[in-house]
Amino acid sequence: MKVYVSRDMASVALGADDVARAFAEAGCDVVRTGSRGLFSIEPLVEVEMDDGRIGFGPVGPQDVAAVLDGSHASRLGRIEDLPFFAGQQRFTFARCGVIDPLSLSDYAAHGGWQGLEKARALAPQAVVDAVKASGLRGRGGAGFPTGIKWQTVLDAPSPTKFIVCNADEGDSGTFADRMLMEGDPYCLIEGMACAAHAVGASHGYIYIRSEYPFCIATMRAAIEASAHLVAPFELEVREGAGAYVCGEETALLDSIEGQRGQVRAKPPLPALQGLFGQPTVINNVLSLAAVPFILSEGPEAYAAVGFGRSRGTMPVQLAGNVKHGGLYEIGFGITLGELVNVIGGGTASGRPVRAVQVGGPLGAYFPPSMFHLPFDYEAFTQAGGLIGHAGITLFDDSVDMAHMARFAMEFCAAESCGKCTPCRIGSTRGVEIMDRIIGAREAAPTGGSEAVGGYLGKALYSRSPDRIDVSIEAQTMLLRDLADTMKYGSLCALGGFTPYPVLSALDYFPEDFGAPAPIKEAAE
Amino acid sequence: MEEFIAGWTVRHGATRDRLLPLLHAMQEEAGYIDDAWVPTIAKALNLSRADVHGVVTFYHDFRRTAPGRHVVKLCRAESCQARGGAAIEAAAAQRLGVAMGETRADGQVALEPVYCLGLCAIGPNALVDGRPVARIDAAALERIALEVAA
Repeated sequence: MKVYVSRDMASVALGADDVARAFAEAGCDVVRTGSRGLFSIEPLVEVEMDDGRIGFGPVGPQDVAAVLDGSHASRLGRIEDLPFFAGQQRFTFARCGVIDPLSLSDYAAHGGWQGLEKARALAPQAVVDAVKASGLRGRGGAGFPTGIKWQTVLDAPSPTKFIVCNADEGDSGTFADRMLMEGDPYCLIEGMACAAHAVGASHGYIYIRSEYPFCIATMRAAIEASAHLVAPFELEVREGAGAYVCGEETALLDSIEGQRGQVRAKPPLPALQGLFGQPTVINNVLSLAAVPFILSEGPEAYAAVGFGRSRGTMPVQLAGNVKHGGLYEIGFGITLGELVNVIGGGTASGRPVRAVQVGGPLGAYFPPSMFHLPFDYEAFTQAGGLIGHAGITLFDDSVDMAHMARFAMEFCAAESCGKCTPCRIGSTRGVEIMDRIIGAREAAPTGGSEAVGGYLGKALYSRSPDRIDVSIEAQTMLLRDLADTMKYGSLCALGGFTPYPVLSALDYFPEDFGAPAPIKEAAE
Repeated sequence: MEEFIAGWTVRHGATRDRLLPLLHAMQEEAGYIDDAWVPTIAKALNLSRADVHGVVTFYHDFRRTAPGRHVVKLCRAESCQARGGAAIEAAAAQRLGVAMGETRADGQVALEPVYCLGLCAIGPNALVDGRPVARIDAAALERIALEVAA
């Protein structure tokens, strides 16, 4: 009997290897796939039965007999029919969880290589035009139109050009890149080969963070197995070394070149002078993996879904304290509240949702009063946040937002590349200010301005001990001033966006900073 | 190590962009990058010692001292915090007898921070000697502690 068990890192972390072994020992033909993307049903086993692939999950190694005779209590039916999957529009993740990731025949049988075939039948300019027409915007977070970036590289006169895939997915709460590379690696390779044809590049790099060992192994194997299909285009994997800032595109280029991963000043744009000084397409995994669909199904099919200027689908990742966490690919425009409460099912702890952080460590914290926001680049920017890589991290009411603001500063201090002062020094000063605010709050929970003065104040700020006011009000003002400096003075998004989580925490959850709670609007 | 570096550069090249792959390979081989090897690396890739030192110290992954026999990398990022990561971190430090970011004095186990393993809906998460472990609670922590005691 044929059964399917995921080999995705998340599934393995939940025990999928033991489950797969148990089924193999029972004489089953076990196919290891990627993950379907709903972690509350992992480890998931799908059994090929007369009425299709029937899912059971979560299951353990002791459940083999009950699963095989169909009597197991956690029988789910066809996975595609579950509400979590039925509502999705899987353009990029259509094959993920369905096929054996490294099987070339599986990939071809599920529509693989059709995009590349179409691309190669077209002139490079026509491929770039198709990507432009699709409205695809960079899925790494910045949302820059992918087609325009490609046009710049195509027009750049140089015999040597590069395609670089940014697979340094360091944002907490995001795992779409990881899932795609583990579950459908040829899709990314095909997207990169299309890009290479479009701009005239002959060599590509996939920069994967070292925290993703499964991805690195899968991509290396996939590159080797598909080399003859994408030739003369050549690909190689470069492993990161634990520096978050290398997710910033110019720091990533420096890292590939063998240097410290420090951010470069722009201009020159990487599209004109990128890797080794040559014109370089640098795109996120999801941007490149969207390309095969756009070419095989046509840009109109992709652009037909979406919201405003955000076209196509976004693989949203529901994370943190969430009941039904996982990957949900859907057209832009769905509201934040639908994603959190309906699809995610609220918190895993069963307590009320207090805050959600959208877009990783540099994204804003939103309270439930903002859940009407549509998932759209412009709407989020207007609300003082960002979609980023579309990770949504849920927190229940036990969260201390002052601690989360402090963590944002601490993270920035730990990960700053050190090139610009607002980020390098500002983040350290930010941690100190947050410590003072938390200290003052704990000394006087009602938030009196005399809470930490005199002797302690002098100890905390010895440089000009008689002039510094360490009251919550004064320190909060100092924090806002510092955030302003970091936002406008930093070289890249690390220092520039760290104020988003800090200020949103302060604005929406002032009671955690020792200030009175905001008056709730009637609309709530 | 000199032999290892010479052999590696013959197989993989000795251009500047090979520095990170070489450092990864050395750490895989020896467990860490000793400061004493920096001049040899610099010479092999035609770089200055300061250059190599700068790269080794920039990236969190590269260790300059021998690691513990077992390494527990525990995630400290937001999604794991939302699922009780801070309490698990404190409990892990207590149970393993080593502070976060340190190697225990007897060299048996190191507890290292990691910022996100991409398993964000099933935290708190860790890599125990490279093996991913999710939904860490008191019982899972006890299993990890017994595993790394061996």
